[in-house]
Amino acid sequence: MEFIDYYKILGVEKNAGEEDIKKAYRKLARKLHPDLNPNDKEAHKKFQKVNEANEVLSDPVKRKKYDQYGKDWMHADQFEKQKQHQRSSPGGGYTYSEGFGDDSFSDFFASMFGGSGSRNKARFRGEDFQAELQLNLSDVYITHKQTITIGSKKIRITIPAGIENGQKIKLKGYGGEGVNGGPNGDLYITFHIVNNTSFKRDGNDLYKTADLDLYTALLGGEVTIDTMSGKIKLKVPAETQNNATTRLKGKGFPVYKKENEFGDLFITYQVKLPGGLTENEKKLFRELAQLKH
Amino acid sequence: MPEENYISIQQFCAQNQVDLSFIHLLNERGLMEIIILEEVEFIPANKLPLLEKCMHFHYELEINMEGIEAIQHLLQKVEDLQQEIIILKNRLSFYEQEQL
Repeated sequence: MEFIDYYKILGVEKNAGEEDIKKAYRKLARKLHPDLNPNDKEAHKKFQKVNEANEVLSDPVKRKKYDQYGKDWMHADQFEKQKQHQRSSPGGGYTYSEGFGDDSFSDFFASMFGGSGSRNKARFRGEDFQAELQLNLSDVYITHKQTITIGSKKIRITIPAGIENGQKIKLKGYGGEGVNGGPNGDLYITFHIVNNTSFKRDGNDLYKTADLDLYTALLGGEVTIDTMSGKIKLKVPAETQNNATTRLKGKGFPVYKKENEFGDLFITYQVKLPGGLTENEKKLFRELAQLKH
Repeated sequence: MPEENYISIQQFCAQNQVDLSFIHLLNERGLMEIIILEEVEFIPANKLPLLEKCMHFHYELEINMEGIEAIQHLLQKVEDLQQEIIILKNRLSFYEQEQL
């Protein structure tokens, strides 16, 4: 556990007045507040430090204790016990209610001031929870419900079709419990979509390669193609080239939160040349070749 | 919309020690929807996170209405860009896989 220089965190001098501390804190809070930095963990961490520094320096009692013991803070509690000065202060008057649990305070803070200090007197929003959920691509083709367990709580959530890999959804009030009647935090779920299909996904569009025999490619015909919603028969025009692509409108992936809207499916034909030709077949190909020259 | 999807503004303000005029100002600025049912004002429950955010900005960070409006606009842009990054990352990995 290391000593934390709260003055340095707030960027103020040791003799800074209450107003200077308030000003420095507000300036940093406006820069680092989690509401202003969505999904920025680094800013969130920095804000917690700034908040902690403010918690100490804006409270005359805590600041006095911090200043008095400084780097000898490890002995502070022993000294305090001797003084039997156990009453906690009413706090500095302005702290953010943004949801952090007890772990939002450093070990240093907890050791010196014992837990979350003046915070236990006010209403605070519960901690936000972060969770990750791995799903197969085929699972997110249709909107479905799934039960997940967060802590000991079971939560039934609706996973909308078409959700993107890496996408995050927020479930309001499913985070940590609020303190002293404060509102619960939120639950953020990040989805990791594993592709368990033969399709490649690019947003709402799907891509797939399909083998085509030489004769169908040359003379045209029909092929059966797998789509996400089942097999379909596709007409192949005569003289279809290798790597030719055809688009199947509306056979792609569902558009997120837009009912009955789908992307497209792109099929790239891979023409397979026949192998193990019989003498007769070779002869016929030779004849064809001669016809072409 | 079922009744549980609304939150009474008066009740909310009393519980959270927020001025009623604050929500009205948000409404005037087009940041918060107010629904009136039988002469009682409500906000949709799904707008509560937005309201809480605006409260943080105003009461904790001392940002005025104009500032909140600008921030909200920029945050929406940030959110859209973050979503776009996710889509582009996925698209990039799609083409990277194709190169292999």
